[in-house]
Amino acid sequence: MPYNAKIKVTLRQSILDVQGKAVEHALKNLGYTTVDSARIGKYIEVGINETSLGEAERICNEICQKLLSNPVMENYTFELEQVN
Amino acid sequence: MADITAGVVVFPGSNCDHDTENALASFPGLRPVMLWHNDHDLQDADLIILPGGFSYGDYLRAGAIARFSPIMKEVIEFARKGYPVLGICNGFQVLLESGLLEGALSRNRDKKFICSGTSIRVENASTIFTSRYARHEVLSIPIAHGEGNYFAPPEVIGRLEEQNRIVFRYCDPQGMVTPESNPNGSVGNIAGIVNREGNVLGLMPHPERASELLLGSDDGRRLFESVFEYIVGRA
Repeated sequence: MPYNAKIKVTLRQSILDVQGKAVEHALKNLGYTTVDSARIGKYIEVGINETSLGEAERICNEICQKLLSNPVMENYTFELEQVN
Repeated sequence: MADITAGVVVFPGSNCDHDTENALASFPGLRPVMLWHNDHDLQDADLIILPGGFSYGDYLRAGAIARFSPIMKEVIEFARKGYPVLGICNGFQVLLESGLLEGALSRNRDKKFICSGTSIRVENASTIFTSRYARHEVLSIPIAHGEGNYFAPPEVIGRLEEQNRIVFRYCDPQGMVTPESNPNGSVGNIAGIVNREGNVLGLMPHPERASELLLGSDDGRRLFESVFEYIVGRA
């Protein structure tokens, strides 16, 4: 059965996240005084037509490293779920 | 000047390709050819230029998808053989994504897309792209980008410094490299770098937009002249 990969790509902590900063300021301006940070990342879903979990994981790591994230400034995580 | 062919790669979303072609065509003996991203033929170009713009709409990350365009296979081989490759703005982003240059470009520090004149200082005037400039000469060349904030880990910056591979830094009109003259938050005010071999240059400012006085500056002209001189000398 094929897999659905749910991939999250986030900026490394050392990289200034200007979008996140803008959202953080907006939330504070709305009166949410306990909000002290916001970071924005990307959420990507990729369908992988593989029957083996190991192979689906391998492909997922490869596409994250090759295209979906830039290892110089981003991290990625993913979850794989089987689809019927 | 002998005949030189300069190939300008056109990605879907490139928008400085014709400005670049126009600037190139103003040099006698220079023949610009437009290279479609989906082709595999560099048409015997002596020099490849990746122009500015928004290849693939900057989807995912600027330059990330263009880097896998069919023609990039030939461009990367061309660069690895030591031929000159110049990436301007989005072209610089593509070169970083392709691994031909080190580091990455993220969103500008102040969140804004910046389109304005800038001063940059020539840090290394002995590259094939800068031989017609003097070291520490201040150039007036515009920038136009939203993701020009150069970043690389400290060990990479250290290596770039040590090997004299930082070619341009943002500065004030007097040539002082200051935090105030850094338009986008780039580490060390870096505006342009070369690879270790010195044949691949990437920079955020647009020399093609400073190629005749009618445009407000012709300081970008000598960048092209430097590399043409190198090509003629090598032939």
